[in-house]
Amino acid sequence: MSEHRVVVIGGGLAGLASAMKLAELGVKVDLISLTPVKRSHSVCAQGGINSVNDSTRQLGDDEWKHLDDTVYGGDFLNHQPPVKEMAYWAPKVIDLMDRLGVTFNRTGEGFLDHRRFGGTLYKRTAFAGATTGQQLLYALDEQVRRWESEGMIKKYEFWDFLNPIVDETGRCRGAVAQDMVSMEIRAFPADAVVVATGGCGLVYGRSTMSVFCTGSAASRCFQSGAKYANGECIQVHPTAIPGSDKLRLMSESARGEGGRVWVPRKAQDPRPPMEIPENERYYFLEERYPAYGNLVPRDIATREIFDICVNDGLSVDPDKMCVYLDLTHIPRAELDRKLGGILEIYEKFQGVDPRDEPMRIFPAVHYSMGGLWADYVKSAEGGLESGAPENHMTNIEGLYAIGECDYHYHGANRLGANSLLSCIFTGLFTGPSILNYANNQKSGSNDVAPEVLSAAVAKEQKRHDDLLTGNPGSDENPYLIHQELGNLMTRVATVVRRNDQLADAIEKVKELHERAMKVNLSDSGSWTNQNVIFAKALQDMFPLAKTILQGALLRDECRGAHYKPDFEKPSLTAEDPAERRRQAEVWCDEFEANNERFLKSTIAGWNHDTQMPDITYEDVDTSLIPPRPRLYGLVGAEEIEEVWNERARAKAEG
Amino acid sequence: MTTAIEPTKKHRIDFIKIRVRRQDGPGKKPYWELHKLPYEPELNVISILQMIAAQATTSDGKKVAPVTWDCGCLEEVCGACTMVINGKVRQSCSALVDRLLEDNPDEIVLEPMRKFPVLRDLMVDRQRLFHALKRVEAWVPVDGYYDMGPGDKQSREAQESNYPLSQCMSCGCCVDACPQYLKIEVARLDGESDEAFEKRKLAEYEAGFVGPHAISQAILFNNNPTGKVLEGERLDALSGEGGIQICGNAQNCVAVCPKEIPLTTSIARAGRATTLHVIKQWFEK
Repeated sequence: MSEHRVVVIGGGLAGLASAMKLAELGVKVDLISLTPVKRSHSVCAQGGINSVNDSTRQLGDDEWKHLDDTVYGGDFLNHQPPVKEMAYWAPKVIDLMDRLGVTFNRTGEGFLDHRRFGGTLYKRTAFAGATTGQQLLYALDEQVRRWESEGMIKKYEFWDFLNPIVDETGRCRGAVAQDMVSMEIRAFPADAVVVATGGCGLVYGRSTMSVFCTGSAASRCFQSGAKYANGECIQVHPTAIPGSDKLRLMSESARGEGGRVWVPRKAQDPRPPMEIPENERYYFLEERYPAYGNLVPRDIATREIFDICVNDGLSVDPDKMCVYLDLTHIPRAELDRKLGGILEIYEKFQGVDPRDEPMRIFPAVHYSMGGLWADYVKSAEGGLESGAPENHMTNIEGLYAIGECDYHYHGANRLGANSLLSCIFTGLFTGPSILNYANNQKSGSNDVAPEVLSAAVAKEQKRHDDLLTGNPGSDENPYLIHQELGNLMTRVATVVRRNDQLADAIEKVKELHERAMKVNLSDSGSWTNQNVIFAKALQDMFPLAKTILQGALLRDECRGAHYKPDFEKPSLTAEDPAERRRQAEVWCDEFEANNERFLKSTIAGWNHDTQMPDITYEDVDTSLIPPRPRLYGLVGAEEIEEVWNERARAKAEG
Repeated sequence: MTTAIEPTKKHRIDFIKIRVRRQDGPGKKPYWELHKLPYEPELNVISILQMIAAQATTSDGKKVAPVTWDCGCLEEVCGACTMVINGKVRQSCSALVDRLLEDNPDEIVLEPMRKFPVLRDLMVDRQRLFHALKRVEAWVPVDGYYDMGPGDKQSREAQESNYPLSQCMSCGCCVDACPQYLKIEVARLDGESDEAFEKRKLAEYEAGFVGPHAISQAILFNNNPTGKVLEGERLDALSGEGGIQICGNAQNCVAVCPKEIPLTTSIARAGRATTLHVIKQWFEK
């Protein structure tokens, strides 16, 4: 076998898993990352990683139910074959991470301990304290370091990916990247390129994401012709600690371990929380969702918290919107053992001990369910065909997308503790696919035409030089434009979306985009110039911001995290059983008609002439589990479910 | 009612003064620069540096390039934003301005870490820190990444003693505070190739002290049922040049570790293990 070389962009869980699996298969890897890979955003994941396990199995759980919970939680916008493959791989992924030395919490007898997470009734989530992402990332980082010392992987840390190199046949032949210290721009020829660059939270200014989650890498692929799917599906996490530089995540595991969300029944009750008696507290999630309680799926918890503050006026603080997340009823020792890491974050940043006093939290932008469109091959069993070169390949041949920057797994709403799984799974699973792709090619990294490489570098060098010197008279400041973009996106494209606001925001974002193209940099130097790196990232946020807004504007429905009150389906109102039954029938008719129209992936292609995305739609593979209404908490849910089940049975028999 | 951090009402100030030790590049002369920002409650050092970047003007109105610094998660789990703040090495994200002003209302002083080569301003090159993890082979040498079933059963006690060690984020606070860890800065020679420079630099790092963080990681992996098979190699590394004998037991490392990792406990365990290891090797000769 001739030597293969693959460029992996991004050193979070997906990128590291991909790099080490490729190295194991004998492929040489150039690993390019904005930051030392050990500092990637995966470290911020707190709560855990899902899989069916021996205990849940004995309660009736299996991989199929993990698949079902995931697609039901995602409101059926997930592609089912990849989700099925992931669910069946999940126990194997956990076993591997255990073997790699992850310090998972243990039971008294020495088995892996599990906790419950949102959107399921089973305790599927393995965890390492409240720093599970950090622990998983370190285990993979260690393996990559091992391969690095054997010469199979070469890391390029503090390098910014600028663009894929696409030859005249449309095939990806490598990547162009820039050393963020010396500012050198260089071509990295490759047999294939894997983009594993995470989410785009910085498009919203402040989010739970790390500062480098700008989405610029995905955007650069998008502007080079890769399709982007379901951009509008942005998860807003229900519980974060508001801050002026960042909205810090407060893990769902706080609720998984028994944390209760409440507000005082009396608006802005001035008493300290611990002096408010039980009967004057409104545990609104528990009251409204008796089955799931505080562990309803994230989109629902987020909307309820938003609603209780914005519409009911019951925010704890008069000036700042927040609700209580209360752990004070749980013994300190247990809290320290299971949630120590996140409680320390709260204590450090807020100066209050959450073991003594309820935390004040509010929703924050957290995860991009959408991302680069990528292909897959369905197997006879309904999962993925192992080793098929098309698995996770974007529409640019030889360019792969995995991890948070792909779009298949989480539909319109991601379940907690499924993201770490999807990142590691896609990294490992795509190894053989990429190798097979490379084996099938007549030419590889060694014979990319030199003029293709030099042209790609020259183009990026020109962009760089133009930015440094291009706009001498302008007073446009990239940091201030970023603030404006973030404020706008947060206002119109998070929890509640309205068409008039979205349409208006698109016009404003167009203006901001034009202004961002004319920024004047306060640093025109040629050494470790963060100003120019940020300016490029900012400019590249706009194609994604426009795609999020346009996708949201066109999707006239409520699905998962995408919530438009103008298109919300009403609860049943009739008291009379016959009339109520008729309403349920109508409800189901409308549900089916809506799915005809909107149970589709939004597919965006970047149009360089209009500087806007062109939007088309693509069918979602729902062949394994037929879509059904998501009825958490709806009045009339029982009747609707009854009608729906009758129809489903009739269909199955017919 | 307790709110977040009480804005310091007694030294209510209108402006925050920030003194930054800047350096334009490796080998360049450092200089001090004063910045002034309007006071806001509940800031941290990151938000101050963001405001300085946006304003890019010193206190006397001079236009300057934004201060360069490294940051990532902003919640003290990635280790990127480590620097020296009012003389103490720590993460700048968890350095809360109201607290800093309580201690010193006059100004906040920001400097780069002291044991690593400065790349620019507050950004340093911490490659040596990661290289030390290679020296002690800080990984579990599994056969491969295929499905081979679960790992060994482990007691809750073992997990509870290993978990704190596995929280090390390679931030470098411990080595910054360590009197035995000396700065190694290798300058590139004229015409030296990337590879030759890299090789010469790593050779210099190999000769220097590995540092408390790496010793602690060696212990973590020696504790792992599979990681244990490399125990001999790790103890060789720790008893060789730049190994554990350099430690002068100042105990600064454990005092500054933001994750309160029991580094001195790890060092003591590694000390005993290397002594036994060396004696054993002596008998086996």
